[in-house]
Amino acid sequence: MTLVFAGVCSHAPGIVGRAHLAEEVAKERLYKAFDSMRERLEDSRPDVLVVVAAEHFANFFMNNMPSFAIGMAESYEGPIEDPEWLGIPHTRIPGARSVSESLINEVMQGADISYAEEWKFDHGIMVPLHFLTPNFNLPVIPANINCQGPPLAPLHRVWAFGEALGAAIQKLPERVALIGTGGISHWPATPDSGKINEKWDRNFLDQWSRCDKEAMLTYTDKDSYLDAGQGAFEIRTFMTISAATGLPGTIHFYEPIPIFAVGCTIATIDLPIVNT
Amino acid sequence: MSLYQVQKFLFELNRDSSNQQSYREDPRSALSAFDLTPEERSALMKPDIGLLFHFGVNGQILMHFAAFHKIEWQDYLQRMRDGIQIHGPVREGVYAVTGYEGVPAHEQRLSRSE
Repeated sequence: MTLVFAGVCSHAPGIVGRAHLAEEVAKERLYKAFDSMRERLEDSRPDVLVVVAAEHFANFFMNNMPSFAIGMAESYEGPIEDPEWLGIPHTRIPGARSVSESLINEVMQGADISYAEEWKFDHGIMVPLHFLTPNFNLPVIPANINCQGPPLAPLHRVWAFGEALGAAIQKLPERVALIGTGGISHWPATPDSGKINEKWDRNFLDQWSRCDKEAMLTYTDKDSYLDAGQGAFEIRTFMTISAATGLPGTIHFYEPIPIFAVGCTIATIDLPIVNT
Repeated sequence: MSLYQVQKFLFELNRDSSNQQSYREDPRSALSAFDLTPEERSALMKPDIGLLFHFGVNGQILMHFAAFHKIEWQDYLQRMRDGIQIHGPVREGVYAVTGYEGVPAHEQRLSRSE
């Protein structure tokens, strides 16, 4: 067993970029939750961090859009956005090329994926790293699921990708940490930005925390869009973590924070303790 | 109309500082390689954020174009709302599923689901 940590968190750019506009106490509660997630991650002593993200037209575009992609570079850079806008300075993030290659080869046993030797991180990865590896010194392997431009991979294929990813991680000798980042209900960067369907979010998080595959696979993009906005397509990243581990999880933090444009979430999978 | 071309221009602008430089220096020339209608070209040169949203440009692409033009967040949101008021529902792309992805429509849906 080489998976030493798994969890999910929000990645909305406003969490850092619009922090000055947020209600101070709400922001502090979220930042504290991110801090304790970072402590849990550090305590697991990972060699590498796999981040399952849903990028926003930073590297992948409709000219050649992969449903699933995994990075295979020596290093990455980010943010691709204006650093001032995002509130995170431009930096280089170490990759783990050979680990990536092994991982990709194994994932391909169970899912058809693309790989990328070039990848500029957007807020979808930079915001989580800003909180979880603030010195940007833990080698990262990015993975991406298209959650932006339909056609989108159906959820049962997302589940298969997650299972393939989980099985591949277990074959690696390295200590691997795995996080999924995304929103639940949200209408990012639209006139509805700031609206959050808390009831919908809590229902999904309840299913996620019980690893209720059957319930999570009943979502349709049409209904998700109507009830929870186009940002809800990103439940794919959360579901990948469920599928990769097959385990329940604990929601440590959930709070709708409108200026961050999402119900901010911090949760971890209840992994068995790894002593080695 | 060519939403794909509009978004492709913005995608390449957003991720490449040399494209940003070219656009700053001579927007018309920077747009010349793209197959755009005169209306689209004009919206990209102005920039008319509300009209671009009406065309169906994804917010994840459009918000960076707004930030590039130093448009503040709340102003960016307002320009999209104004664009819908002036030009009508989003006509293509992911938001066109409901025709109009706007605050009142959203609140109506939420109150219905409770």
